[in-house]
Amino acid sequence: MTEQTASNKFDWAGPAFKARLNKRKRSQLTLKLLGLGAISIAFGMLFLLVASLVSTGYHAFTQTHIEVEVFLDPEQINADDPNRGNYRQIITDTLVTQFPEVADDRAELRKLTSILSNGAQFSIRDEVVADPDLIGQTVTFKVPVSDPYDQLNKGLMDRETPEEFRRLKNEEIANFDILKERGMVSKPLNTALITNADSRFPELAGLKGAIIGSFYALLTCFLLSFPIGIGAAIYLEEFAPKNKVSDLIEININNLAAVPSVVFGLLALAVFLGWFGMPRSAPFVGGMTLALMTLPTIIIATRASLKAVPPSIREAALGVGASKQQVVFGHVLPLAMPGILTGTIIGLAQALGETAPLLLIGMNAFITSAPATPFDSATALPTQIFIWADSPERGFVSRTSAAILVLLSFLIMMNGIAIFLRQKFQRKW
Amino acid sequence: MNDMRKIERDVKMTDTKITARNVNVHYGDTHAIKDVNVDIADKTVTAFIGPSGCGKSTFLRCLNRMNDTIDVCRVQGDIRIDGKDIHDKSVDPVQLRAHVGMVFQKPNPFPKSIYDNIAYGPRIHGLAKSKAELDEIVEKALRRGAIWDEVKDRLTQSGTGLSGGQQQRLCIARAIATEPDILLMDEPCSALDPIATAQVEELIDELHRDYSVIIVTHSMQQAARVSQKTAFFHLGNLVEFGDTDQIFTDPKDPRTESYITGRIG
Ligand SMILES: Nc1ncnc2c1ncn2[C@@H]1O[C@H](COP(=O)(O)OP(=O)(O)OP(=O)(O)O)[C@@H](O)[C@H]1O
Ligand SMILES: [Mg+2]
Repeated sequence: MTEQTASNKFDWAGPAFKARLNKRKRSQLTLKLLGLGAISIAFGMLFLLVASLVSTGYHAFTQTHIEVEVFLDPEQINADDPNRGNYRQIITDTLVTQFPEVADDRAELRKLTSILSNGAQFSIRDEVVADPDLIGQTVTFKVPVSDPYDQLNKGLMDRETPEEFRRLKNEEIANFDILKERGMVSKPLNTALITNADSRFPELAGLKGAIIGSFYALLTCFLLSFPIGIGAAIYLEEFAPKNKVSDLIEININNLAAVPSVVFGLLALAVFLGWFGMPRSAPFVGGMTLALMTLPTIIIATRASLKAVPPSIREAALGVGASKQQVVFGHVLPLAMPGILTGTIIGLAQALGETAPLLLIGMNAFITSAPATPFDSATALPTQIFIWADSPERGFVSRTSAAILVLLSFLIMMNGIAIFLRQKFQRKW
Repeated sequence: MNDMRKIERDVKMTDTKITARNVNVHYGDTHAIKDVNVDIADKTVTAFIGPSGCGKSTFLRCLNRMNDTIDVCRVQGDIRIDGKDIHDKSVDPVQLRAHVGMVFQKPNPFPKSIYDNIAYGPRIHGLAKSKAELDEIVEKALRRGAIWDEVKDRLTQSGTGLSGGQQQRLCIARAIATEPDILLMDEPCSALDPIATAQVEELIDELHRDYSVIIVTHSMQQAARVSQKTAFFHLGNLVEFGDTDQIFTDPKDPRTESYITGRIG
């Protein structure tokens, strides 16, 4: 050191310099490795989550069906009103044609009919109502089997388990195997998962009601929080005087964004349902509740994007004689739009996954038809997952995972749209 | 070329366009402009020179009340344009800025098409009754901004896609599209190459036949080339104001002398 100061020259190749160089490289390498480690852990967790969901959930994407030839006996169906008919008997008769030996044994008969889903009779009825000319004909139907047989067919029920611990007795399994041998059993894609509403029977339960409920709730949430949020943000950022009051409002909004969602649920329960007497379980009310949560997110995102617009653009517009309002709406807002949209979609994606506030306003009811309007009772995707996760039937285990996968795919889609919008509308100046 | 223009320059004794009396500007606690008094003549180019941070931009921005848009900024004193107090209640700052045009130090075109950049001002002030008239205004402004030939085939392309120098000329064209009587230019050539600078200077020379032009510049040569009057600012004070020739050849104040000879700055 003294030598260097003496000669007033730094030795760029000396050992002290080399040591410092090595130290710098080492610390940079450590940092890189730590970063890589953090990312691998994050990805590993994500992979585990998705893998476990897929490994249990994929069973729910297929459903065991049996192809049966049904004689639509005119004696059992009222031709004038096909809605009324003894379709249960028709189904029993159909199965009896496969197993003629049990025709007179009531107990055996009951075992036999338990193979088919309880909904089978209704799907046949619906077909007949749609086309009454079918009465008197023999028609081939593909009907879902009930949950235990579905589990059996998917290999989820262990045939080695002692009979008394098994849901299906040996005889029932034998019956099913006979049908299988005759080539009547198939396992097509489970479209009911999307096209049916909820049901007590797992083989019939679907997400239609939840998806439509979530859609209405998000739509309401968007229509409320987007204009109000942007309006509030524009006012606060561009027009409000900067003083103690606006500081206080700013702090409050930031705090509001961090309030646990269950609190908003309680608020909605007390105010929307309690004071205003709005309907329980309605997606509209759910959307209003979610809007309370999304608002701060949108306000914060909008203010940040407005702030990020370079001041030179404002000056340019002011310089040619634009009013404050013309500057904001003609120049600043369009430039801030990509950021605002991204923030909004991320806020909505959060709202889509929000469960607690919807539980509090009763969107976890058991509702077997999809809502026709936002004011009808409905569930939402996360609350449907909650309900299914709580159901004792084995079939709901895989359906819960499948529903989570559906929810995740909606989330990924929304985030994808956010990224797309950001890239598409990103402008340089 | 420069000398020729210097010879051409005639200091016309015209009416006073802007009078400023006891102007003080504070940014919070910073006293940026101290008791400035100045009379700026019509149809003249006035140059503001002075070391960095001395308040040239600040004073320029007082003249179109651009400082109103800065929260911490306080402007005191009397500024009159054509005898009318610009801080009078009856004066709308937005209206004022429409006829006191401004060109900023950094080129700041709107991220819109070249055409819309120019058409924006005339549109919001309703200067054109028809599309044809607007087209005409746009073409005229771009021609006067010495950029028409370069952009006439791509008027629909974004103004931000132009080079820095082209952007600055676009901004000048934008500022004159609304036909202001006063044009404030804050270091308009700091981003330009010598050729574009010469074009802008030619433009200024032409503009001053109709307008009063005030230009802030760090280039002594530029001030000497384009202006008839020069004001020298130092630490917020207007130290000396007079004919450009006199300021550069026979400065009265020692501070002016040391600045133009390169000792302060
Ligand atoms: N927005 C602002 N907020 C606070 N202080 C400011 C602001 N703008 C300018 N100032 C201060 O006012 C003084 C004058 O600044 P001004 O921009 O007018 O200088 P200038 O002469 O234009 O300098 P330059 O030649 O570097 O552009 C400086 O001390 C600066 O720090
Ligand atoms: Mg400046």
